[in-house]
Amino acid sequence: MSSTEHAHGTPLRTLCLWSALVGATLATLFLGERGGSLMAVALLLIAILKGSVVALEFMALRHAGMLWCGLVIGWLLLVCSLIAFAYWKGA
Amino acid sequence: MRPPPALPRLRAMGHDTTLTADSTPRLSGDLAVWFFILAELLAFGVFFAAYAFARMRHRELFDAGQALLDRNTGALNTILLLSGSALVVRAVQGNQRGEGRRSARWMLGAMACGLLFVGLKASEYAAAFAAGISLSSSLFHMFYLSLTFFHFMHVILGLVVLAVLWQGLRQDRYRQDANPLESGAAYWHMVDLVWLILFPLVYVIH
Repeated sequence: MSSTEHAHGTPLRTLCLWSALVGATLATLFLGERGGSLMAVALLLIAILKGSVVALEFMALRHAGMLWCGLVIGWLLLVCSLIAFAYWKGA
Repeated sequence: MRPPPALPRLRAMGHDTTLTADSTPRLSGDLAVWFFILAELLAFGVFFAAYAFARMRHRELFDAGQALLDRNTGALNTILLLSGSALVVRAVQGNQRGEGRRSARWMLGAMACGLLFVGLKASEYAAAFAAGISLSSSLFHMFYLSLTFFHFMHVILGLVVLAVLWQGLRQDRYRQDANPLESGAAYWHMVDLVWLILFPLVYVIH
């Protein structure tokens, strides 16, 4: 397995990240059994973490500079904040 | 034996996509594709916000509709998309190492994940339609069907993109210029990224 640092990481790094993402998905499934505003926030935080991994690592945005990182991570934060606000107001 | 320094070796092989910690910022893929990705994210973002604010006014209706959905299938679809994305990354990494033809099999694996997603989603739609559910059944089902079908169409387009990339990898077309491969990969990851919010929003959070 190569240890070469590519824009898209190494195979081992990809495997570790994929495992973490699958684990977070299973956590979403099990935590989602419970309802409520706090759980909604927790599940949205997990979604932000997962989305950040896909954006920064798989899309290689961590090598693209602050502007592109900010645009995509900012989108994630904005959308999840709007959803959290709507769920909090509707609770 | 310690391998030779990677950067000079890969540059000598004609690769220009390897980065080190001190590399200047570089967007993976074509700039035009990234503008397209931003437009797509914006469209999905509006859709997600509309769903959340509609639910704010009709909480019981949305919770009752959501209870009819199969969360396990939703989670399995999430894992399939994540696996597809990871396999696309492996294909890009393989191409960067000059193993274009060999990395085509990673792309084939990603396509298999995408096709399984399509199959699962189609069976979910078939079950919903068989139960008499349609766009006009309720506000929740209008959002559920339109939002997930909008994403479904993106998966179909993504599969077409992956098939083109697979063919290119088999012919080792991206050895000198990885831009088309990275652009197509970025599109597929966007489809995955959007689902990572859609899944908890529509299937889980209540």
